[in-house]
Amino acid sequence: MTQLALVIDLNVCVGCHACVTSCKQWNTSGSAGPLVDDQPYGKDPTGTFFNRVQTFEVGEFPNTQTVHFPKSCLHCEDPPCVPVCPTGASYKRAEDGIVLVDYDKCIGCKYCSWACPYGAREFDEERKVMSKCTLCVDRVTSKTLPEAERKPACVLACPSNARLFGDVHDPASVVSVAIRDRGGYPLMPEWNTRPANHYLPRRRHDAVVHAEDLVRVDNPLKIDGKQPEAPQQGPGREDYAT
Amino acid sequence: MNPAFSVIFLTTLIGAGQGLFLALFGAELAGFGGQAEAERGFLVNGGIVVVGLTGLGLLCSFFHLGRPERAWRTATMWRTSWLSREVIALPLFGGGAFCWTVAHATGSGGTLAIGLLTVLACAGLFICTAMVYASVRFLQEWASAFTLVNYALLGLASGCTLATALAAWGAPGLVPGFGAAALVFTAAAWLSRALSLARNARLKPKSTLQSAIGIRHPQIAQRAMGFMGGSFNTREFFHGKSALALRQVKWGFLLTAFVLPLGLLTLGLAQGSAAALGLAFGVQYLGLLAERWFFFAQANHPQNLYYQVIS
Repeated sequence: MTQLALVIDLNVCVGCHACVTSCKQWNTSGSAGPLVDDQPYGKDPTGTFFNRVQTFEVGEFPNTQTVHFPKSCLHCEDPPCVPVCPTGASYKRAEDGIVLVDYDKCIGCKYCSWACPYGAREFDEERKVMSKCTLCVDRVTSKTLPEAERKPACVLACPSNARLFGDVHDPASVVSVAIRDRGGYPLMPEWNTRPANHYLPRRRHDAVVHAEDLVRVDNPLKIDGKQPEAPQQGPGREDYAT
Repeated sequence: MNPAFSVIFLTTLIGAGQGLFLALFGAELAGFGGQAEAERGFLVNGGIVVVGLTGLGLLCSFFHLGRPERAWRTATMWRTSWLSREVIALPLFGGGAFCWTVAHATGSGGTLAIGLLTVLACAGLFICTAMVYASVRFLQEWASAFTLVNYALLGLASGCTLATALAAWGAPGLVPGFGAAALVFTAAAWLSRALSLARNARLKPKSTLQSAIGIRHPQIAQRAMGFMGGSFNTREFFHGKSALALRQVKWGFLLTAFVLPLGLLTLGLAQGSAAALGLAFGVQYLGLLAERWFFFAQANHPQNLYYQVIS
């Protein structure tokens, strides 16, 4: 069984919102019709997006980390939003595990959004139906797009390759390997929704720079006498066997 | 959650309708309305009020839908969805109450059998309405047996108060019985609602900012939610009122849904004042509107963890 999903690497996400805009661009231009943008240039703009990038500050100054956190539907393996739908408009595709809304069946009661702890669903005020990330189902199952472009728009747009896409049930897929090798984790595991999307944690990079490494011993300018010679140094780090 | 007035009116109106029907049918079981024309007339008038309240509630529910013209589809997923089950139970109860009223009006008989079936639909509707909320496990304030007990008791309390007020005009002989039931159910609802308030005050949120973004650090603060205008997520899940306003509504509904109606009922029963009994229902219904508003507003959705700071 296939379960398509995204794996988002928080370690390299730079918070540029390219995934947000590319998602909006692709999904507002599709056959399902435009995603609403109410008063985009007015005083109180609002609109429907399938993907958002949020920013969190972890720690206390000066020991802080800025974490950019892209959030879209997690395509849960046990999606709580699906069984509550009174019309069956919310469903999980058996063939690839994508959670979708049938816009022609949705009555806009918003009950599914109450049953999602992640706030992944956004009501479309113009179409009056619930909408959500489709994992670009029209792209990933396309027969006409070039093979390399059969990925969600957000994945293709990410400049730092923070978004990986694949089948998390295939142990050899790029997403499964990333989850396994780089400590991928799900959001809010306490609710047992088993999100298919995973996040890769931040990693600390400690680069220790020693003072003597900043001075180039064999600087030709100094050997040629064009710059003053460096003062005689004592034994450096390399002079001691470790 | 942001309270939706369509749902507030739906749940309070059908609750009162259900309670009133149970009171009327209880009177019929006790031997009321057998032969006398006036007694049957009272049951018919009461039945019309039940059907009216239920129909009004059903009408209100449509205002909650983005696409009301597709409402017929809601009956399809009864295997998994409590909302779907409620959509089936509501017309069953309303239809049953209608048939019961018509049977009394025409004197066709069979009112006991129809009434018993309607009582089953009524119980089913109480369960379905409450489970629509109690089954959302992410809203910890709702996910409790108290939700079920409260919906049933509050419906019974308001229905019996309404029955007492109606009886004061149409069938004075029923006033003591209905009045006693109204006092008992209002007191019981007060107790159970107070217990649920105490439970909710002790709740510890299951989700934290740490589990929401998966970073184990005691100090995490949102700096941007990703957009500066509003969105569905900032409108639907928060009531937008201050903590003080919330507290005032809480004390307000405790007073108007329980304390004042108990006082007015006692006064009305003691002095035989129909006006006091009518006022008791009016005050209690307003109190229940506030109670339902508070029920929604108090529920804290974990998605709010992601939407705390604009930028």
